[in-house]
Amino acid sequence: MSSTAQELIPPESRDPANAPSKRRPGRGRVRRLSSSDKIVLALMVGIPTMVELALVWLPTLMSIGLSFTRWNGLDLADIRSAGTDNYQFISQDYPPFWPALQHNMLWLLFLALIATPLGLLLAVLLDQNIRGSKIYQSIFFAPVMLSLALIGIIWQLFYQRDNGLLNFLLGTAGTPQAVDWFGDSSVNIWAALIAATWRHAGYVMLLYLAGLKGVDPSLKEAAAIDGASAVQTFFRVVFPAMRPINIVIVVITIIESLRAFDVVYVINRGTNGLEMLSALVIQNLVGEGQVIGVGSALAVVLLVISLVPIVFYLSRTFGKESKA
Amino acid sequence: MSITAARTAGNNNANVRPRSGSRPKRHYGTHIFLVVMAVMWLIPLGWALYTALRPVASTNEHGYFSVAGAFNFDNFVQAWTQGGFATYFWNSVIITVPAVLVTLFLASLMAFAVSRVNWKFNITLLIMFTAGNLLPPQVLAAPLFEMAKHLEVPYSFSDSGNLLNTYIVVIAIHVAFQMGFCTFVLSNYMKALSADLTEAALVDGAGIWRQYREIIMPLCRPAFAALGTLEVIFIYNDYFWPLLFIQSGNRLPITTAINNLQGQFLSNYNLLAAGAVITVIPTLVIYLLLQRQFVAGLTLGSSKG
Repeated sequence: MSSTAQELIPPESRDPANAPSKRRPGRGRVRRLSSSDKIVLALMVGIPTMVELALVWLPTLMSIGLSFTRWNGLDLADIRSAGTDNYQFISQDYPPFWPALQHNMLWLLFLALIATPLGLLLAVLLDQNIRGSKIYQSIFFAPVMLSLALIGIIWQLFYQRDNGLLNFLLGTAGTPQAVDWFGDSSVNIWAALIAATWRHAGYVMLLYLAGLKGVDPSLKEAAAIDGASAVQTFFRVVFPAMRPINIVIVVITIIESLRAFDVVYVINRGTNGLEMLSALVIQNLVGEGQVIGVGSALAVVLLVISLVPIVFYLSRTFGKESKA
Repeated sequence: MSITAARTAGNNNANVRPRSGSRPKRHYGTHIFLVVMAVMWLIPLGWALYTALRPVASTNEHGYFSVAGAFNFDNFVQAWTQGGFATYFWNSVIITVPAVLVTLFLASLMAFAVSRVNWKFNITLLIMFTAGNLLPPQVLAAPLFEMAKHLEVPYSFSDSGNLLNTYIVVIAIHVAFQMGFCTFVLSNYMKALSADLTEAALVDGAGIWRQYREIIMPLCRPAFAALGTLEVIFIYNDYFWPLLFIQSGNRLPITTAINNLQGQFLSNYNLLAAGAVITVIPTLVIYLLLQRQFVAGLTLGSSKG
């Protein structure tokens, strides 16, 4: 039951997740708190909770509310109820909506099928005692330090039609065949995905390197003694043993693909082949004709999709503790 | 790729003792693959740096894909002085430093309360904080923008008469958003600290605040170092919130301002590249100095699942 107060972790337990849940060593503690302690505790919990509620959860609820209204964002008295009009509008009469949904899905698939396995491969290779492993790690990890907005700029220099490095390398610079990689709506989503992979793979590599170090070497030895091949050992023993990291990476990959905003917004504000849900939300809020209701409806679509990985992650993370 | 992986994985398995010394001969395939990947990884940054080091005159004369002409730091100087990078950089400091300090302070209070004290709603609160951090920021954008716009404040406080275009609103939303992650990480860290520590203090009559301030806080220094480093990078690198709230160009932090630069220096890619490199420098310096903290922070956040 979640109402059971959380157990104090026994001193000998270093891993809070595995703490035995039936023991209640701290049951009497609340009663021992003096009244001044109670005030201190109330402030300790109250202030951060108020900030969190006011600036994260209240706006989330307001987004849902606003999605059923028609409003230009000017006078609060002008808010009119609109029923489900905004949802009908985005699904039927708003051309960028379905492409955006497809692009978000493509983003997810690309990160999940290309960038994440690439990061895992790099981690597996670098986890061996190879010479220069630290240098390789630093190189692959460097893009993780950069903002996605900056990554957009840096790749713009690489992708430009007339002066970009890529067209020089392909020998097309200055010719009519030169491709404007970020400008051409048939290729720019792929170009942006490669730029995103540049960052995502390094992040995944780092997390898996930590995960691989945590796998008990005797597991691998046992598998080798049983005659398992290296590939079998990895996929049947090592990979499943990294379950906690795998969950984190699945969640990060999904959430990154829903949050994809900075790269496309830097390139062209998320238009012309680079439509993404997050960018559409902002286009409807800050443009000239502010349509808060439509922007909010798009935000709610984004919210509902995001709740899937969030709930999955939370139930994995907190499920064990609250079942106590 | 998979062949390389399989073969090298096989090598690793062949010598069962993992620390039996590296045998470079057996890793040729891996090295070739890694060198190719590393070169590909370095090209975009290297190209930006290379472009930034060349005056626009020499690239106009010889083309961007050439080695001829002068190399100097003129573009950096120009971006810093005329491009306004000195201002943008200072704006980033004004936003990042208070945001990180307040985030860590509030998160440590919350984490202490949910991890060290037995209370009914601990898990509920922790779930609420963690979930809040995972939401896409755009979900909250419309109401937050309207709240800031319609909240009237004295003109002495903000020249717009509302909270738009102020640093305080950007800092506040950074705090609210990052607090969830920091609370999650810190509470895990504090839970792992022995209960005897505060138990003993309790017997000595130490109140909650003294337990927090004098016992738990000093023990959390490694976690603060890791989280602090990570949060500085996160907030410095944030593009979205200033884009939403700050309208006057000269108040933008560096990460958001570089976007405007793209329009400003449309034909001067050298200057744009120099701006990009300047923006990278602080993060790279932090990375090189505090690599251990940064990596620890990232893995701390994912060590539990």
